[in-house]
Parts: sequence; C-alpha cells; structure tokens
Amino acid sequence: MGRKPERIRQTRRLAVWTFAWVLSTALVVFGSEFLWNGAAGITLPALLLNLGLGIGMILAHRRLLETFDELERKIQMESMGITLGLTLVVGLAYSMMDITNLIPRDAEISFLVMFMGISYILAVFFNTRRYR
Amino acid sequence: MKNNIRILRAEKNLTQGDLADAVGVSRQTINAIEKEKFDPSLPTAFRIARLFGRPVEAVFQYEGE
Repeated sequence: MGRKPERIRQTRRLAVWTFAWVLSTALVVFGSEFLWNGAAGITLPALLLNLGLGIGMILAHRRLLETFDELERKIQMESMGITLGLTLVVGLAYSMMDITNLIPRDAEISFLVMFMGISYILAVFFNTRRYR
Repeated sequence: MKNNIRILRAEKNLTQGDLADAVGVSRQTINAIEKEKFDPSLPTAFRIARLFGRPVEAVFQYEGE
C-alpha cells in the first residue's frame, strides 16, 4: 500500500527539519555570544527563525505519525503521554531541588531535554515489547 | 476481543506479512491482533473480515465484561 516509501520520505523530512532547528538553536546561542555580540536586532530575527523551524519540525513529526498504522500510533501516543507526565513531575522536582538548594547549581533546561529524550526512547521500547 | 484470524490465515495460506500488506498495517499489528493483545479499529476489522470473505462477527467475537 506504499506505506514504507512514504514513511521513509516523511522520516527524512523530519530529519531535515530537526537538523535545521538544532542549527538555528546553535545560531541563536553561539551567534549571539560570538558573532554579533548580543545585538538584539539580530538575535530577535534569529530567535523567530528558530521558532519557525521548531514549528516546522513539529508539523513534520505529525506528518510522520500519519504514516503509522493504528498500533504504531497507539505506541507512540502512549510513549509521548508517559514522557510528558514524567517530564512534568521530574522537571518540577528538579526545579524545587534548585529552589531549596538541594543541588549546588542552577537547574538547567538541557537536563530536562535529555531526560525527555531518554524517557521517550525507553517508553517506546517497553510499549513496543508489550504488543509483541 | 477474541478472533480466529490465525485459522483463517492458515486456510488461505497467508503469512502475517501477506495479511498485513493486504490490510495496510504492519506485520507487528497483525501479530498483536492475533495474540489478542490489541483490538483493531472498526475499519481494520472490516477490512480483515472482507479479505476472508466473512462477516466481521465470524472473525471477531466480543467477550464482554
């Protein structure tokens, strides 16, 4: 039914959008510091570009999910739900650890992003095994 | 939900992959339906039943509470 070529096409599209988004994130952070010395007139358009590419990445992910069948979609949705819940609970706990000085440094958003990624991979792995 | 897809598939000499391709889902999905770990959507259930030339209730049996 042509699902595989379409999935490969949408996966490639998502990879391109994700790569562009990551590049634009680096551009905003490092460009502001090393290229244009924090000039808001350049940082703001770069940030808008980053937001636009981020939205494109989300839409590309949605299009990829549309190529999945009902079980694959269920696995993805359950995994995303678990990831969202875990990120909320662990993220707030991490923030409280910072506020109450249980950790000797500031809470970093990058920790949460890494946590989300690992949670999502593990959730997909275990959910896929459930239906084997 | 119980089903007799495995028997019907054997009668038609179809592999899980053949059935998956004909119905438009993955082989893993057919496997999960056969093992009764996953209940298919109504369109998928009707497509499977149509492929075997049976009414949907002859392929899937609802067990209730």
